[in-house]
Amino acid sequence: MIPTHHPSDDYLIAYAAGSLEEPLSLVVATHLALCPRCRKEVERLEALGGVLLEDEAAAETATDERALDSVLSRLDAPAPIAPGPIAPGPIATGPIATAPKPRQAAPGDLRVPAPLRDYLGGGLEQLDWKAHKGFDEAELLSDAPGFRTRLMRIKSGTAMPAHTHRGNELTLVLTGGFSDEHGHFLRGDLAEADASVKHQPIADPGEDCICLAVTDAPLRLTGPVGRLLNPFLRI
Amino acid sequence: MLNALATEARPGVVPAKAALVIRPRQEIQRLMRAEASERAAEQTPEELIAAVAEQRDREAFIGLFRLFAPRIKAYLMRQGADPASAEDLVQDVMLTVWHRAGQFDRRKAAVSTWIFTIARNRRIDTLRRIRRPEFDPEDPALVREPETAPDAHVEASERSKRLHEAVATLPKEQESLLRLVYFEDKSHSVIAEELGLPLGTVKSRLRLAMAKLRAALETLE
Ligand SMILES: [Zn+2]
Repeated sequence: MIPTHHPSDDYLIAYAAGSLEEPLSLVVATHLALCPRCRKEVERLEALGGVLLEDEAAAETATDERALDSVLSRLDAPAPIAPGPIAPGPIATGPIATAPKPRQAAPGDLRVPAPLRDYLGGGLEQLDWKAHKGFDEAELLSDAPGFRTRLMRIKSGTAMPAHTHRGNELTLVLTGGFSDEHGHFLRGDLAEADASVKHQPIADPGEDCICLAVTDAPLRLTGPVGRLLNPFLRI
Repeated sequence: MLNALATEARPGVVPAKAALVIRPRQEIQRLMRAEASERAAEQTPEELIAAVAEQRDREAFIGLFRLFAPRIKAYLMRQGADPASAEDLVQDVMLTVWHRAGQFDRRKAAVSTWIFTIARNRRIDTLRRIRRPEFDPEDPALVREPETAPDAHVEASERSKRLHEAVATLPKEQESLLRLVYFEDKSHSVIAEELGLPLGTVKSRLRLAMAKLRAALETLE
C-alpha cells in the first residue's frame, strides 16, 4: 500500500541537501522506505543538487594542481575503508568497496523498515517500553539535543490525551492507524503538526498503532486530565 | 582568465608551469592532463566515468577532476569548511569517485547527482559528525511501486539537463534562494532573517521555484 500523507517539500529538500538533523532524517528516511513517490521526489531533488553543484562558480577556487597530484599519486593505493552512513544509499555512496556492509543477520521484524530497524537494537518487543494510560512509549536517539524521538504504541481503539506542541511534531505510522482532526493515517503515512495544532489522535480498532514520533520541543498537554498529568507525563 | 588570476593570487599554490620545472618526471602526467582537458571539453561526464570504470582511464579521471573538484571545494567552503579541510574532503570525494566508478549507474543518476551525493555524505560524516539515515534499496520491508515499468524510466542525464535549463530560467532571487537552501546548511527562518524577508516570503519563493522545476520535468516523465 502506498502512503497518502507525505512529508512537506521543506523536509524533503532539507533531506536531499543534507541539512536535516538526525532525528528528522530518521523519520523522513523511514517514510522513504515505505513511499516510492517520495523516493522519486528525493531522486529529483538530489539531481537538482547535482545541477546546482555543476553551476557552482568554479572561478572562486581554481583547480589546485597539487591537489590533483596528490589524488593521482593515491589512485593505486587500495580503497580506504571509510566510515559511511549506517545503511548504504540508493546510489551507493556509503562505505567504499571492501568495507563490510552493516548487514542484519536476518531481515528481522518487517514491520520496521531500515533505517529505523538499525536504531532499535532488536525487535519492537525488546525495546524499553514505558507504560502510560492507553499507550506505551520507548525513547530512541536520546543523545540528539533539542529533539525527542520515540516509538509510541497506542492501544487499538484508544484516544491519546489531547495535546499541543511547542514545536513541530512528525509522526510516522508503522502499524495500525489513527485518526485526528486532519485525517486518517495508516502505515507509511506521515502526520505533521506545528505549534498551532491541538490534536487528539485516536487509534483504529483492530491492531495497536505503533508510530515513530519526533518533536523538536516538549509537547504541552491541554484538557483537564492532561494538565493534571503534565508534570509526570511529558508526551 | 579568472581562474589563472585566482591561482596566482593564492599564496602557497604553485602554478602548474612552475611545478613542471621543479618536477620534470611529471612530464607524462602533464601531457596526460593537457589531453584530459581536451577530452573533458568533448566528452560528457557520463562518458568520462564509463572510461574510468571500464578502462581505469586516468586521463578521463583527470577530466572529471578538473570539472568537479573546484566546484566541490566551493560547495564545501560555502558549508563552512576551512580551506584545508575542504581540500582534504575534495580529494577524498574524488578518490571515492575513482574507486567506485564501477558502481555508478547512469540509469539512476547523472554524474553530477552522484558526485553531489558523495560530497554531501562525506560532508555530513566529516564536518557535522552526525549520521544521515538512509533507506536500504535491498530491504525486504521496502515498499515498491505497484507496477514497475522499466521502459518508462527517463535517462537520468536528460532529467538533469532539463533541470539545468529550468534553473537557468528562474528569477535571480529564486535561484539564489535555492543555492542558500542547498549549500549553506541553514534553516528557512535563518535564511529569512539574513535576507531581511518574512519567513512566508522565503517559503513561497521556494515553492514557486520548485513548482517551475517540477513543471519542467513533467514533460519528461
Ligand atoms: Zn511519501
